[in-house]
Amino acid sequence: MTHHIDVGSVLKRTVCDLYSNLVTRPTGAAVRREIEIVLCGLAEPSLTVIDFSQVGLLDFSCADEVVGKLLDGVRRQVIVTDAYVLVRGVRDDHLEAIEAVMQRYDLAVIVETEDGAWHVVGPLDDGMRRVLDAVHRCGRIVPSELVKEVEQPASTVEASLVGLLARRLVMRDDDAYVSLQSVM
Amino acid sequence: MTTVITVPPSLDDETFEQVFEQVAAVSVDQKVLVDARHTRWSSPYGLTALLAVGQSRAEQAAFAGPEAEDTASYWARAGFYRHASEVFELHGKVPRTREAPAESNVLLEITEVARSDDVHTVVERIQSRAQAILVHELHLDPQATMRFAMTLSEVCQNIVEHAGQGGWVAVQTYQYRQRLGRRAVVIAVCDAGLGFRRSLESTPGWKPRDRWDDAAALEDALVRGVSRYRDPGRGQGLAGVRRFVGKWDGKLSIRSGTARITIVPEWDDAVPLKEGLPHFPGAQVQITIPERVQPG
Repeated sequence: MTHHIDVGSVLKRTVCDLYSNLVTRPTGAAVRREIEIVLCGLAEPSLTVIDFSQVGLLDFSCADEVVGKLLDGVRRQVIVTDAYVLVRGVRDDHLEAIEAVMQRYDLAVIVETEDGAWHVVGPLDDGMRRVLDAVHRCGRIVPSELVKEVEQPASTVEASLVGLLARRLVMRDDDAYVSLQSVM
Repeated sequence: MTTVITVPPSLDDETFEQVFEQVAAVSVDQKVLVDARHTRWSSPYGLTALLAVGQSRAEQAAFAGPEAEDTASYWARAGFYRHASEVFELHGKVPRTREAPAESNVLLEITEVARSDDVHTVVERIQSRAQAILVHELHLDPQATMRFAMTLSEVCQNIVEHAGQGGWVAVQTYQYRQRLGRRAVVIAVCDAGLGFRRSLESTPGWKPRDRWDDAAALEDALVRGVSRYRDPGRGQGLAGVRRFVGKWDGKLSIRSGTARITIVPEWDDAVPLKEGLPHFPGAQVQITIPERVQPG
């Protein structure tokens, strides 16, 4: 089941009900801790949509605290849970801050912008991007079909899938790979 | 004995070096009188840096404000005297800080930044006015408004995280005739705290390099994104500020200790890295974003 977190509400609840801007590290850290608690309480594996649509400004420090440290913690299993994360409700200026953070951590995250388009934000090689696009198009696909879909050798596709799984950009379901968006 | 520090008639980031030079020559525990009686004009940098001068003195400095009524009144409306009374012993006529309407060119009156909450306050205040002024008067893209507030947030956080004490921020627009011949919006953020070199030296396990001074510390922070914290996500704030300034043909200068580093746009002829300046503690930052020239 997909869990939805409205970051704007978390900000008002945990820091100050007058704030709509995600600025400063202490603010970002407080919001991240709240999200971590939610993530750790979900049945595994979980998919969580972190929604920024009610957030005014997102500065680099807060993007680092809320998105960077959260995803880094999940990847390194400092936050011990089998969690997958999508980000949505992101404006151009939010995107700039999140992109800068993803570069620093060598992480990637799937983001839905205000126009409803999905983007992969963060460093990802072309092979992984092609495979991720194909998984997204198909929703759920087994590797043999994926090889035909992207017209790449099986070993290349396999390596890309390993990379995407490590970055938690696709889910595994028996023999198949599932796009996060299709689970929403 | 009290040493008189003479403030020049026109006070901006360049002429303020005259103040720093005089202040650096007097031990912090000696009394100084900062004499601004003949000053007629000041940029936001000048006003916030004056407060930093007051903050830097162990023996409380005296301050004599502008004699010209319009100048004194303007400084009062910009919030200068409210903060000056905290760091200076005020001499002479002190204009009353009345509930006067804000100046149309003041986006943010002088505001103290000491805690994270202050940064929230600054950002909330600036957002209400930035859109109208940046987009409608300076013809910047509407997207610039949010980036402008992000930039302001990051430079203010530098005080909270690295100064070890409070500082001040002010934002104004004014005609930048001398170099630009058009309007500009200027952010000034000044403190007399630790400064970049001492902040980086506080990194656990830090060891000095062959060349290590204020200039090297500024290069590390601004050019290489080095932070005293080891987290990979640190050091992005100033990098983001640089990107914003570059995109909008702006100028960024940071003075700390005895050096000043500047991201120089085409319209300016500042030296990218100036060393051997008179020592002054903390960090003094100025960001200038010019009015966009509309095609045709």
